[in-house]
Amino acid sequence: MDAKDKTNAVRKPREKRAWYQAAFALGLNAWLPAWFKGEIFQGGVKGVCVPALNCYSCPSALGACPIGALQNSFGGLRFNLSVAEKKFGLYVAGFLGAVGSVVGRMPCGWICPFGFIQELLHKIPTPKVRLPHFMSYFRYVVLATMVVALPLLIVDQFGFGQTWFCKWICPAGTLEAGIPLVILNADLRGLIGFMYYWKIGLLVLFVGWFILSRRPFCRTVCPLGAIFGLFNKGSLFRMAVDDEKCTLCDKCYEDCPVEIKIYESPNTPDCVRCLKCVSSCKFGAISYEFLGKREVAQDLRLEGKT
Amino acid sequence: MRRKLPWVLLIVFLGIMVAGLLLGEYKTVLEKAVTVCLDCIGIG
Repeated sequence: MDAKDKTNAVRKPREKRAWYQAAFALGLNAWLPAWFKGEIFQGGVKGVCVPALNCYSCPSALGACPIGALQNSFGGLRFNLSVAEKKFGLYVAGFLGAVGSVVGRMPCGWICPFGFIQELLHKIPTPKVRLPHFMSYFRYVVLATMVVALPLLIVDQFGFGQTWFCKWICPAGTLEAGIPLVILNADLRGLIGFMYYWKIGLLVLFVGWFILSRRPFCRTVCPLGAIFGLFNKGSLFRMAVDDEKCTLCDKCYEDCPVEIKIYESPNTPDCVRCLKCVSSCKFGAISYEFLGKREVAQDLRLEGKT
Repeated sequence: MRRKLPWVLLIVFLGIMVAGLLLGEYKTVLEKAVTVCLDCIGIG
């Protein structure tokens, strides 16, 4: 096999991931008739949380955004306690923890439509900007304040808090729900005000940032990524780097969609576990392990390099 | 050595999820999810 053939062979898994991302983006938003009615899907399965930042007000969304559901749980907690209603948000919290315990942040790399959109926009050829690592801590601030503290602490006279992240920040909601619903539904069009323009402006800024930097929203803002990332070190799925095989060539770093040096910390909370690095590494130094089974890039294994 | 932590986490969180389902929280999430979220779309 010559050098060109080897490069193509190693690239195969990366190309495949985009198809998975596209399939999940469509699968999570598969109720296409809703787009013609200007309404949202209202089937009984919509209470099922999905492991991705996918707005449940997207007309064709089949499931519930866990971050929206989590904020609603926190926002309704004080009212529920005041009327002795036993609703604590356990379903959503348990769902997030269960997914995280199995695969950590892997849904960000393979399932999340908003992550996929960011990767597609980043392919637009422009000068690119790397993000300093300290910015990745901001997503924990967003999680702690906009998703947990503010919905819990600032309530109206009835005890209900707001969905602060959805209302003031979430560009996924604007893109997947705000724009299409306003286009399709004349009644909603009549209600446009400051908040709508605020969110559109924020979305425009984010889109520009997506083009310039690699998955900046996931890395610096996304509270769902922050939650799943906390499980990366303790999940069943694990990344591993063989220090003896690693040459510190940084090919993995160059290809990584979230710009991490996996050899420094294979299970860092920043990793979205897209496995690009596994197929990028020419030396078979990077592998993953799930349920006791360890895998390296298939193409390398076939070539007998590992 | 087989790692126990992920299994402990998984069982604990599955238990929490089932507890939530038994308390009727699925219906609460469903009720919100089938209503247009005005906050999400910038009209709230």
